[in-house]
Amino acid sequence: MLTADTILICIGLFFLTVAAIGIIRLPDVFSRSHALGITDTLGTFFVLTGVAFHQGFTLADVKVFLILLALWHLNPVISHATLRAALRTGVSPWVKEKK
Amino acid sequence: MFTLYHFFFFILTILILVYMYRVFQGPTVYDRILGLNGISTKAIILLTILGSLYSRLEMFVDIALGYAVLNIVGGLAVGKYLEHKGTRKC
Repeated sequence: MLTADTILICIGLFFLTVAAIGIIRLPDVFSRSHALGITDTLGTFFVLTGVAFHQGFTLADVKVFLILLALWHLNPVISHATLRAALRTGVSPWVKEKK
Repeated sequence: MFTLYHFFFFILTILILVYMYRVFQGPTVYDRILGLNGISTKAIILLTILGSLYSRLEMFVDIALGYAVLNIVGGLAVGKYLEHKGTRKC
């Protein structure tokens, strides 16, 4: 039965699948981090909103949106710290080779 | 009874296995950190879906919140440690 929560979770799982394909296929750590950003913003937003719609509005939904807020603000901080460490320790970004 | 939430659970488990490929095969250590970050985000989503599956969201969401905070502190600590390790002279 298609209700609002299952539709939202299906959209979120689509974005999570796209991010996983990007993690596998992209060439270096910087572009892989770009693919991981889809997970943190769109994927978790749609899935957690769908989960919050599942039981009606309770106190647990407020905590679900608290998790969403924490992930939105603090996953970019982790990505930034990791990639700054990568850039400062000499990982050079991938460029297209010229013939 | 097999519901749609079991299906969501199964897909998320497959996605975690995809990220495990990157964690084990990553050329640099930063690829492994990014893979672990993605896995912990997936684990948070998996815990909330598990809470909806058992109709006890108010219990599982507390575990997910604790896991989110643990993920943030761990990722930042490992990132800062690797950065200062790279710039050390000796």
